[in-house]
Amino acid sequence: MTRRLAMGALAAILLLAAATAPVSAATVEVKIANFTFSPQQLTVKAGTTVTWTNADDIPHTVTSTTLAFRSKPLDTDDKFSFTFTTPGTYKYFCSLHPHMTGSIVVEAATGSNAPR
Amino acid sequence: MTTQDEDRGPSRRKVLECMTWAGTGVLWTVAGGVPASLGIIDAALAAEPNGFTFVQISDSHMGFNKVENPNTPGTLHEAIDHVKALPVKPAFMIHTGDISHLSRAAQFDNAESIISQARLDVHYVPGEHDLVDEDAGKLYRERYGRGTQGAGWYSFDANGVHFIGLVNVVNLKAGGLGNLGAEQLEWLEDDVKGRSASQPIVVFAHIPLWTVYPDWGWGTEDGARALGYLKRFGSVTVLNGHIHQVMQKVEGNVTFHTARSTAFPQPAPGTAPSPGPMKVPADQLQKMLGIASVTYRQNEQRLAIIDTPLKA
Repeated sequence: MTRRLAMGALAAILLLAAATAPVSAATVEVKIANFTFSPQQLTVKAGTTVTWTNADDIPHTVTSTTLAFRSKPLDTDDKFSFTFTTPGTYKYFCSLHPHMTGSIVVEAATGSNAPR
Repeated sequence: MTTQDEDRGPSRRKVLECMTWAGTGVLWTVAGGVPASLGIIDAALAAEPNGFTFVQISDSHMGFNKVENPNTPGTLHEAIDHVKALPVKPAFMIHTGDISHLSRAAQFDNAESIISQARLDVHYVPGEHDLVDEDAGKLYRERYGRGTQGAGWYSFDANGVHFIGLVNVVNLKAGGLGNLGAEQLEWLEDDVKGRSASQPIVVFAHIPLWTVYPDWGWGTEDGARALGYLKRFGSVTVLNGHIHQVMQKVEGNVTFHTARSTAFPQPAPGTAPSPGPMKVPADQLQKMLGIASVTYRQNEQRLAIIDTPLKA
């Protein structure tokens, strides 16, 4: 029981770490399901490509609030990718269902947080 | 049936107004799709030569073919058969949007080939699914936009009733609801200016103009402003689609009503993780799809709305 709790806590920490720590992989996935972007907030290194996949039966879009990027309507299983080269916070939403929102935080690839 | 009541109880003045209506014999009929009720319309129309009926259909989603309804052309066909079978020929039809699923030419064409079989004039407003082509609604406007303003709004008069078709599915803001926008609101204010407060008003738009469930985006950000311009009118009927289920509410002089879809049902607010299509047993589907017929009788405050499912 204690061991399971500890494992649970560890898993939670790892999940938290995954959500907040910059992801250094070149491609990161965001899933669209149940009218929600997940993860809703994502931190990546500059140069990372983010790919959104729509798992809903209803089309959605990935639309930057500043129109820095904008997908076509994504039907079921359609994907949209965008490569973030400039550090900053990119808020986006589904222009069809605007209550669906998310954000990508892009950190400098060689910034202080970058592993060397 | 009424799922959302007024926040505050009616003021004394409102109660008195309601009593006045009752005194003049207001008829407010909502029957849950019993074909026999249509006979009531029939009889009422025979007795009231100035009455007239129009039909609302909504959310046809031509092109949708997922498990919740693999045959959306088939159910649209059934809906049109119901329209053709109405005991009194409707004056016209309104379609409150989401004609297509993905704004593709073939989807609009398919809808047209089925809906035109009703042999009625159809007044459309777009849903968000109708404006997702490359040019953000070019295909919709080519087909349905003649004589409209801006993104496709317009008004017309029929049998003494003023009809207003609004567009609340463009320029949606992150985190927000449906949106009419300043230009359309100005047009609306101007459109109703100078009209007699006794003229009945019917407003139709895709997304509900009142707030049904903001967590799912079921409402219109600036809907209250539009309704503000209509406050002085004695009879206002607001017809919407988008939420694929019947819902209604009466607030003062305004009756709000949403129609069923002809394509697939959606869950009641908050009863599912998301507002996506709801899978029901095959023999239940047609009970959750349908049409609405609306009858106006002169000197009656409220229009009689009858929702008829494809199968009772």
